[in-house]
This record gives sequence, structure tokens and C-alpha cells, in this order.
Amino acid sequence: MVVENKHAFIKGLSTTSIALPGSSIEDASKTLETFDLPTTRTEAWKYTRVAKLGKIDFHSNTQEVSDTSSYIIDESALTLIFVNGYLSQELSNSLPTGLSCKQLSACSSEELKHTGIKHGKEVFNALNTCYLNDGIWIEIAKNAVVDQPIQIIHITKGEKQLTNFRTVITARAFSKASIIQGFFSEDSDQSFTNSITEIIVEENAHLTLDKLQYEEETTTHINSEYVNQAKDSTFTLNTITLNGGLVRNNIHVNVNGQNCTTNMNGAYLLKGKQHVDNHTTVDHIAANCNSNELYKGVIDEKATAVFNGKVFVRKDAQKINAFQSNGNVLLSDDANVNSKPELEIYADDVKCSHGSTTGQLDEEAVFYLRARGLSEKSARKLMVSAFIGEVLEHLENDSVVSYIERLLKERFGWDFN
Amino acid sequence: MIIIKNLHATIDGKEILKGLNLEVKAGETHAIMGPNGAGKSTLASVLAGREEYEVTDGSVDFNGGDLLDLDTEDRAREGLFLAFQYPVEIPGVSNVNFLRSAINEIREHKGEEALSAKDFMARVREKSALVELDAKLASRSVNEGFSGGEKKRNEIFQMAMLEPKLAILDETDSGLDIDALRIVANGVNKLKSNDTASIVITHYQRLLDYIVPDFVHVLYEGKIVKTGGKELALELEEKGYDWIKEELAL
Repeated sequence: MVVENKHAFIKGLSTTSIALPGSSIEDASKTLETFDLPTTRTEAWKYTRVAKLGKIDFHSNTQEVSDTSSYIIDESALTLIFVNGYLSQELSNSLPTGLSCKQLSACSSEELKHTGIKHGKEVFNALNTCYLNDGIWIEIAKNAVVDQPIQIIHITKGEKQLTNFRTVITARAFSKASIIQGFFSEDSDQSFTNSITEIIVEENAHLTLDKLQYEEETTTHINSEYVNQAKDSTFTLNTITLNGGLVRNNIHVNVNGQNCTTNMNGAYLLKGKQHVDNHTTVDHIAANCNSNELYKGVIDEKATAVFNGKVFVRKDAQKINAFQSNGNVLLSDDANVNSKPELEIYADDVKCSHGSTTGQLDEEAVFYLRARGLSEKSARKLMVSAFIGEVLEHLENDSVVSYIERLLKERFGWDFN
Repeated sequence: MIIIKNLHATIDGKEILKGLNLEVKAGETHAIMGPNGAGKSTLASVLAGREEYEVTDGSVDFNGGDLLDLDTEDRAREGLFLAFQYPVEIPGVSNVNFLRSAINEIREHKGEEALSAKDFMARVREKSALVELDAKLASRSVNEGFSGGEKKRNEIFQMAMLEPKLAILDETDSGLDIDALRIVANGVNKLKSNDTASIVITHYQRLLDYIVPDFVHVLYEGKIVKTGGKELALELEEKGYDWIKEELAL
């Protein structure tokens, strides 16, 4: 049974009707009953305060967005649009061969068996499970190469909306696909998106996920990816955060088989009082794998960025190449960065490096560009673009890059060409 | 072109230029030589508008306008070019892309239309050939991974692209081998015209075999203490600076 919950902020929500397997909903409800929202005394939330969420009286309503055209990241992609976590009417593209998409609300308990977040003390995962609005299960069939990108567009509409959404991606053996997730909002003061993506990358499968976060400045967004990679697989995650009040990304990749490649690239550009926190974990369990992590951010005004990247190399995971780098540029005296790259290595034959830099723009370079006739503003823009450009270079989908450039111009007035 | 009168400048409260006078007319090439610490690079920095330096007295007239009143970028737009002694590496900023932006901002400043991509690329090809700079190098990140000689050639390439009225070469020859020196000097000479002028700051007479100056000035303790023809450079090379101190009883 589902116990009555002590958290006032979710009183306005109703328990999910999705047929999640086993006792997961009850377990989630118990977790919510037992644990409080994390405070800064919890190591994983040391630099990010979420207590204010507990004071908001959240609701979850269906809404309509009449014009979604500006949210379409890639015109050529297969598009799924969700508003406040519910599938909008506009979807009806025919699916490419080898691809199946199904709403979680339409899945049987049997089909949902491969979803399986362990909550432990994780309140936001429990919240997601217990109050799941809906979700999508994307399966790429064995040997299927899906050339057309799949884009999942999330729009939050209205004030104080809490949207719990789950994406499940199963990339079967030897398949190849790329998925885009976009998060946007309209009139969404104090709304909160709590999204989880569970990903299975089977043997020799190749999966790329481009994630674009662009919700309004008073929203909260907590986004977790749980990835399991089997041998010979490649997984790439690009996280681009350009707006949102409080954004937290939790990424956890288990590299379970040999000869895998894991790429994580992140770019964040912040201003105002934005707070963006990227927490990543790569767990190398098997030998002979590569992981590359590059996160770069530009922080202006009173914004704060947090980066915490962990790489574990387990005892039997020999011959691992693991690289991690975080770079930050502060554009104002009030901007803040907390960066903590961590390596935990239990194997003895590995190549690992990590590094973190935080600084200002190179003033000598600004002077050099100005001495050639560029205005100070153009010179700074050019250097910021170059700094972030190193991350954007890793994005293979040109439409995504163009869309990002459009947003950068819209929000920061920055030109990338 | 430029008239510098009684220029005094300080950095961190320390006076480096102490009443410098210099006039350069269109069509002329002036060399400025002098021992270390005389103020040669300070002069270049002050003219380019480096903010660490404070001008405490004097004036600089550039084609009828007050140069010191302009921001660095506006000095460039009015036709002043400084070839840096130590060109900066700027990772991720493409050499040609930034030059196109610079050229177009300069053109906008002058009320001219932007250069078309086609004309711009034609200019890149022409000018990179002038300094024998590989066109691939021209489109890489600014100076990133360039050798010392390539950086200096890139300075002259940029100068050729921007077509300034007055070019100041700040020790462009330092660290160059004789081949690179010849290429750089060649580039400068080809850009010479009756409407432009250059100020060549150097330690070594060697450069002046290739870029022949109309005047050679000796800068010492923040002032120009002696002016002569190109033979003065040879004399300095041979005898050092001590004889000037003695001659002028400094």
C-alpha cells in the first residue's frame, strides 16, 4: 500500500497510475516518507540548496502549447513532444525501421521490468517513481541503424508545476542511434522538472544523447541519467545548459564490459542568479575501456556553477584510459565555481588524468584582438565562443549545434561565426 | 602622420618615457634603437593604448586627431597597427575569422560596406603569399602552436590584411633566423607606400639591412637623444651605446 506522505510540497499530486514493476511504487513512497530533501550537509548536495522546493505547493496539470515550432531542435528528427510530462497530440510520425517508441503509460508491467531505479536514500528518484506523470520507452532493435535522430521535447507550462518524467532507452546489440532531449518552459514560475533517463547500451551498440536545457530562470530542473554499457559499446552524452534557475545533472555510467568508449561533454553558460550543478560518475568495472569527459562553463553576474566528476577504476579494470577535464571562465567578480574532479583507482595498470581550471579571460588576448580593431565586446565574445566551442565541436549533429548557437544569440547576444 | 610631443608615461608609478618627441611623415620609415630599458616597448605600448601605462604629459597627434583620446580598437580603426613583440596565442579563435570580423568592424567604423567572403578569401590568399605563410596556418587558431618565426610572419600577415597607415614593429626581428627575417622584411617592404609609414623598433642593426630606414633614432632613458640616417645604426652596432652617453654627457 501507498503510505500518506509527510512532504507538504507534493500534497497536490496524485500517485502514478503507471504499471511500474513489483513494489517499486510502494518502495518509493516509503523512501519519501522516511527521508527529507537533501541539505548541504549531504556530501552530494554540498554546494546546491534544494530546501526551497519543500516550500512550494506543487501541482501537475495537463496543458496545451499552441505553437511548439520554436522548440524543434532538429527539423529532420522524429519528434515527440511532451507538455508537463504528458504526450502532446502532435505526435504521429511514422517510425523508422528498427525503432519502437511507446509511452510508459501504455506499457504493461511486464514491459516495464527493465526499468529499475534503486532509491536508497535518493528522494528525487523516489519522487519520480511515485508520482511519475508518464515516460517514453525507446527501443532500438538488434542490428538496427537508425539514421534519423529522435528528439524528445519537454515543455513545462504554468506556475508551480512538478513534472516527473522517465525516459527508458534500450539500445540492443549492434544498433546505432542518436537521441536529442530538449527541456523548455513557458510562464513556468517556480516549476520543477524531475526527469530520469535509464539507458541500456548492449554489446557493440552505439548511442549518442544530446541534452539541451533551456527552461526559464525561476525553474528547478533535476535530471538523472543511469547508464549501463555492455562490452564493445560506445555511449556519448552531451549536456548543454543555457538557462534554468537551478539545474542539477546526475550522471551515472556503469561500464560493465570490455572495450567500451564513454564520452561525456558538457557546456554551461550562466548569468543572473542561475545555479548549475553537474555531478558525473563513471564506474569502470571492466578492463580495456576509454572514458573522456570535458565540461566547460562560462559564468557571469551572480551565477554559480558546480562540477563534481568521479571516476572509479575497479580492481580488475586494467588498461583503462580515463580523462576528465573541467574548465571555467568567470566573467564577473560575483560569479562562483565549485569544481571537484575525483579519481578512485584500484587497478594498477591504467592511464588516468583529471584537471580543473578556473580563471578569467586572458586580458592580453583581449588587448591583442582590440589592437586589431575588434571592439572590446566582440573580442570578449569571440574568446568566450572559442572557449565553449571546444565542447560544441564534439557534437556531431549540426542541427543541434545551429540551434544552440541560436539560443546563445537569443540569451547572451553571442555570435559563434 | 604622427607627431609625438613631450610624451611622458608611467607604469606602476615609475616614469619610463620622459619627454619623447618624434615626428613621422607619410612615406617614411623610422628606426628606433636603444639599450634595454630605454623605453622602446613602452613607446609601442602607449601608442597602441595599453591600459597599464599612464600618460602623464605630452600629446600625440595622429593624422590630425588626438590619438591618446582613443580606445585601442579605435586607434586600430584609424589606421595604427602594432606588430607585437610577443604575439599572443588564442586557442580556439581562428586567425582568419577574427581578421574578417576586425576588417569588417574597421570598415563599419569608416562607413564602408562589409567585405564579401569571396573578396576576403582572395585577400587572405594574396597576403599570406606575401609573407610565405601557409594558408592552412592562416586559418588555424591565432598563433597556437606556431613557431617563433611563424608568429612574427603572422603579425606581418595581419598587418597586410588590415592595411594600416602607420605600422609599429616592436622588435619583430628578435628571435628570427636570417631566412625568417628576410621574409618578414620583404613583407614590410612590399607594403611600403607613399601614404603609409612605419616605426621599426629594434635592438639589432641586422634588420635595417633589409628594412632600410630614412631615420634612425636613439632612445635612451625615455627620450630620443640622437637622430641620424641609416649609418647611425651601423655605428651603434659597432660601438654600442656608451659613446652616445659620453658624447651627450648623459
